[in-house]
Amino acid sequence: MSKIDQANQEAVKRMMLSRPVWVDIGRARDVIPGMKDNLFLHAGPPITWDRMSGPLKGAIIGGLIYEGKAKDAAEAEKVAASGTFEFAPCHHYNAVGPMAGVITPSQMVFIIEDKEWGGYTYSNMNEGYGKVLRYGAYDDEVLNRLHWLDEVYAPVIREAVHLVKGIDMKSIIAQALHMGDDAHNRNRATTSLLIRAIAPFIVETEWGKKTDYAAPRLDLSNVSEYFKGKKASAAAEVLAFMHSNDLTSLNAIMAACKSMALAGHGVEHSTVVTTMARNGTDFGIRVSSTGDKWFTAPANVPAGLYFSGFSAADANPDIGDSVITETVGIGGFAMAAAPAIVNFIGGSPADAFDATNEMYEITVAENNNFNIPAMDFKGTPTGIDVRKVVEKGIVPRINTGIAHKEPGIGQVGAGIVKPPMEIFIAALQELAK
Amino acid sequence: MDTLFNSELKVINMGLAGFAETLKERGTPVMHVRWQPPAMGNEDLLRLLDKLK
Repeated sequence: MSKIDQANQEAVKRMMLSRPVWVDIGRARDVIPGMKDNLFLHAGPPITWDRMSGPLKGAIIGGLIYEGKAKDAAEAEKVAASGTFEFAPCHHYNAVGPMAGVITPSQMVFIIEDKEWGGYTYSNMNEGYGKVLRYGAYDDEVLNRLHWLDEVYAPVIREAVHLVKGIDMKSIIAQALHMGDDAHNRNRATTSLLIRAIAPFIVETEWGKKTDYAAPRLDLSNVSEYFKGKKASAAAEVLAFMHSNDLTSLNAIMAACKSMALAGHGVEHSTVVTTMARNGTDFGIRVSSTGDKWFTAPANVPAGLYFSGFSAADANPDIGDSVITETVGIGGFAMAAAPAIVNFIGGSPADAFDATNEMYEITVAENNNFNIPAMDFKGTPTGIDVRKVVEKGIVPRINTGIAHKEPGIGQVGAGIVKPPMEIFIAALQELAK
Repeated sequence: MDTLFNSELKVINMGLAGFAETLKERGTPVMHVRWQPPAMGNEDLLRLLDKLK
């Protein structure tokens, strides 16, 4: 075996040994090393305000209003362009954020500890579908939900995760692949499993028992008649929200995947991809043996299904850090485990099997944690080898949401996207130096 | 050749999927094999790949 092949086996072995456990919740400025009051984190590779796409600009605008740095969108745009604020990739801070991926200093974040290799990774709270900050929307409904998430939801689940003493995220992902999830676009099973693990502790929290509090309330009247005109307990609000949002678990899963990807980073001679991320303008990758260097090119527009009233003409190019899931062998790479996903992103169940089968062509291992029952429990294709991508002419397959290209609107669909081949060629050229 | 075209054709198509689709539309049994030249036929990239074996 060549030194490169050995290094790649080592990188993937480290990824698979990583044991990410959700241990805590904290405020970004207090818990993410290097986070500061004038810093916003965002998805994807580095980008300046003037090159940011509509949804990323929208999320920055919303973040500035949320942080009290601007009273409206016009003022927020001036503040963002003034140079007083710094913007940096979540990945530079061991964090990840879906879609725009904006993490502001006051936001609460999941804290995932790697119990095998040490260290922590982070992600923010998931807001649900449709008109949400991560898709670039920032009206009062979006901002009120963010306040509820940070001031009620996060404190309740923080207290609960302390009581349960941590939740093993790798175990949840592995089980969910046996229940029809890809753990990227379809998270019905991961969220159900997470609720099952934490619900008894949520109802035991002191915060959860409160019914009268000054913090913003969540309107549960659309969940059940029972809640109409009633002040529910915080625990009921939290559990109802978790149940209403299949993506509740996504951000914690992404931080867990970041933990696995980090474990495989920094192996000398390895040609395995350890970061894939998009900011809505560029798609970027980083490779295990090439340090912090990004290889970037313009992001493609996803092909998929659109919500009523929207079409491909509304779509922004690919955006978000959620492709960290494919980086460690789930998401689009585990499509064969999730045939029902085609209702959401298009195609047929046979396409889902084709997608997974094709990814074995460009990866170095079958995952020993994550497997697919319908493929005779074969491990998911894991560890993208830059050399194989270029040699085979096959790029990774990614499941994704689709954001509107203008700020302030939100999600308009979901589908499949491929990264540009140029970034893998650029990485290959660097590796050959 | 005459014998070949006068008997029932069963085709294995490699590379461009369009040929397989046309045959399929005409009712000819065809199995398509996805194939393309290594490194998309780019000799510079093949040299780099050789270096990274």
